[in-house]
Amino acid sequence: MTLLAVQGLGKAFGGVHANQDLSFAIRAGTVHSIIGPNGAGKTCLINMLSGVYRPDAGSIRLDGVELAGQATHRFAAAGIGRTFQNLQVFFNMTALENVMTGRHLREQGSLLASLLRLPSLVRAEGACREAARGLLRVVGLAAYEDAAADAMPYGALKRLEIARALAAEPKLLLLDEPAAGLNATEAHEIDALIKRLAAEGTTVVLVEHNMKLVMGVSDRVTVLDRGRKLAEGTPDEVARDPRVIDAYLGAVDGSAGAAHA
Amino acid sequence: MDAAANVSEARRAVLPRWWARPRGGGLLLLAAVIAGLPLVLANNYFYEVAILVALNATVCVGLNLLIGYAGQISLGHAGFFALGGYGSAILAARYGVPPWLSLPLACAAVALLALLIGRPTLRLKGHTLAMATLGLGVIVSIVINTEDRITGGPDGMAVPPLVLFGWTVAGEQTWYWIAGAVLLVTVWLAFNLIESPSGRALRALHGSEVAAQTLGIDSGRTKLQVFVLSALVAAVAGALMAHYAGFITPAKASFMHSVELVIMVVFGGMASVFGAVVGAAVLTMLPQVLTVLKDYEMMVFGAVLVATMVFFPQGLVPTLAQWWARRSA
Amino acid sequence: MAGSWLQFVASGLTTGAIYALVALGFSIIYNASGAINFAQGEFVMIGGMSAVMLLALGLPLLVALPLAVLAAVIVALLVEKLAVEPARHAGTVTLIIITIGVAMFLRGLAQLLWGKGVHRLPAFSSEQPIEWLGATILPQSLWVMAGAALAVVALSWFYGRTLLGKAMRATSHNRTAAQLVGINTRGVLFASFGLAAGLGALGGVLIAPIAFTSYDAGIMLGLKGFAAAMLGGLGSFAGAVLGGLALGLLEGLGAGFVSSAYKDAIAFVVILAVLFLMPGGLLGGRGSERV
Repeated sequence: MTLLAVQGLGKAFGGVHANQDLSFAIRAGTVHSIIGPNGAGKTCLINMLSGVYRPDAGSIRLDGVELAGQATHRFAAAGIGRTFQNLQVFFNMTALENVMTGRHLREQGSLLASLLRLPSLVRAEGACREAARGLLRVVGLAAYEDAAADAMPYGALKRLEIARALAAEPKLLLLDEPAAGLNATEAHEIDALIKRLAAEGTTVVLVEHNMKLVMGVSDRVTVLDRGRKLAEGTPDEVARDPRVIDAYLGAVDGSAGAAHA
Repeated sequence: MDAAANVSEARRAVLPRWWARPRGGGLLLLAAVIAGLPLVLANNYFYEVAILVALNATVCVGLNLLIGYAGQISLGHAGFFALGGYGSAILAARYGVPPWLSLPLACAAVALLALLIGRPTLRLKGHTLAMATLGLGVIVSIVINTEDRITGGPDGMAVPPLVLFGWTVAGEQTWYWIAGAVLLVTVWLAFNLIESPSGRALRALHGSEVAAQTLGIDSGRTKLQVFVLSALVAAVAGALMAHYAGFITPAKASFMHSVELVIMVVFGGMASVFGAVVGAAVLTMLPQVLTVLKDYEMMVFGAVLVATMVFFPQGLVPTLAQWWARRSA
Repeated sequence: MAGSWLQFVASGLTTGAIYALVALGFSIIYNASGAINFAQGEFVMIGGMSAVMLLALGLPLLVALPLAVLAAVIVALLVEKLAVEPARHAGTVTLIIITIGVAMFLRGLAQLLWGKGVHRLPAFSSEQPIEWLGATILPQSLWVMAGAALAVVALSWFYGRTLLGKAMRATSHNRTAAQLVGINTRGVLFASFGLAAGLGALGGVLIAPIAFTSYDAGIMLGLKGFAAAMLGGLGSFAGAVLGGLALGLLEGLGAGFVSSAYKDAIAFVVILAVLFLMPGGLLGGRGSERV
């Protein structure tokens, strides 16, 4: 059953068409990857799907509800969560506080209750802290609970962003290059994490260059090139598509499928 | 792998943040200081300085929420302070409203004003926001200076004393307890806010506004809330100051006063409630101390400010806390 | 009727020319450091007050004026070395507070040296107002406008033709890239302070015959110069000039046709309106954050 339906999505910056006429559907409970060469418009697409950019054209429907053109926080309220290619961790907080902030939508306390520190708020804070601890355990960061975010290593921060995004219990999780800058071991941990999330029923849209990760974890792959959709299908179908190979994966004559990690 | 080393390294980095944490310990210490200070305050002059410190610190704690925690800027906060004072003064002196009513009315009016101008203003960022708040503060200052029939113009106006349920609030000692209590309550409220979902939303805005929005935080509404809150705190302090002094002048709304408040916050340490208190205390007392230098006062004040920011770039309290943490690590 | 228009425009352009020079100073230092130099107004004041002092010591005007500007430049260079450079790695907020401290220090020093009185320079040529098309214009106004225009022309030549000027432009566009091609960005900041002070002090000596100068004349001038720079677009050369002239005109016309007491308020209301609609200022670009 379709969770996200994208129709005719487009965005231009000045004369540059970052995305043009994009249409695809994401089925609930699947892992759907978006791949393509640099400049293909992948991050721009993620920015539109999370409400950070306003599309110039097209529609974005989550569970049938039209979201395009709304404010960013409404996308989150509708159930879309994301991580960022360039880390947007809250470096002025601890790891636990980062994840607790992620639970914002689930922890709506009134300003007055916060100011007066009413017992109901204190209880809610305790529950929030526990939930955040649980999420840190899920991504393997239990040891960093009270650590200042600005002192954590890069690999841990990438996982922290995922934990923070999960805290909102999103219907759809957008991961923008979660394995970028990670070594093989760390990338493998991300791979395992995504597989676990998928198994638990979270719908994941993954933007990645790491082909090993993409082919191993995806149910479907969409290939972008120069802002447009080039191909779509299962990982195998896409890996064998000559247009995709030509544009992105390597030449037809033998080095095809020599996926780089 | 160095996972364990990474973790302990990261854990150690948590220590410098103790100053923002101990709602219990710090509040207790502040209460103790406020309660015990009269033992060393020799005469009315010292009480006056203490009252000034307490009221300035109150404004700074509120302003710090806006600047240090939410990462915004306001170069016009003296406007709110003065409007609180003038509002209560005008209602009481010219319209005969009893001060126990004029004070909350004036402060509510200021909060409403902050709500109205906050919406469009807070859409701006960085230097533009600074300029907008600066401009608004200057406009308030000019209006107060010019409409002399209502405000008394550049010479200021007399403010009736505060009368609560028939009891006239007067005398340095009484006002000291009031100012001290108001400061304590403000600090308590600030700590409560910081360690709550609303507080995290604020800090998230400062950390990364875009990420905060993708977590469902309505950045416009959150900024507006803290803006109005800090304006209200400033107005309350301004109104109390007016009734205490029995007089108010347009200088209270001046650009220089707004700048002084910001300096106190940054000097003491942004994103640090006690930093705001310490900053206000030091920079309120410093001119008093420096009056002995007469003509050299301004020069020395400026030099002290420069030297402190050069050697304590994050402000007094956070830098001291870091030194302490590094020594005990 | 046309006469009064011309009058207000002339006086507005005169003050506007000074605001333009001050605004240029703000933009230059902003471009080199990302921070607002709150001591910019004090450089203007030092120019005017030094000229007054040198004249009182018996030096001829032709010698006193350049020396006064030089004095401000030297002060600015000292400030940069002693107060700004040690803190160059601190955040912009810290830098801004440091410049505020510097401004207080300079004001205090000026008060010590020259007292709290107001002073005036004699006009460069004649004190006799000129009648033209029904308006009364002071010859000094012409000096102001000519002097400012000359400075702007010299500045564009400097930016376009000299190596240091190009280095400064490069630094303002992308500091890291400039460092990577071998530009000494610390030197650029040093030179920027000197340049900003020179422009400010020039404004100070030009306007001193018309407006009174005193130890605290820098506060309002700095404030207005900053407002003008923001109006035109902080960091933009043409924006600073445009913003300065616009602010001057707004004040002049506001004072003339609406209310003299509210002239500053009117100007600020207009600036705020512009900034709400165009946050980057009239000529500033729209910034964007890569996510």
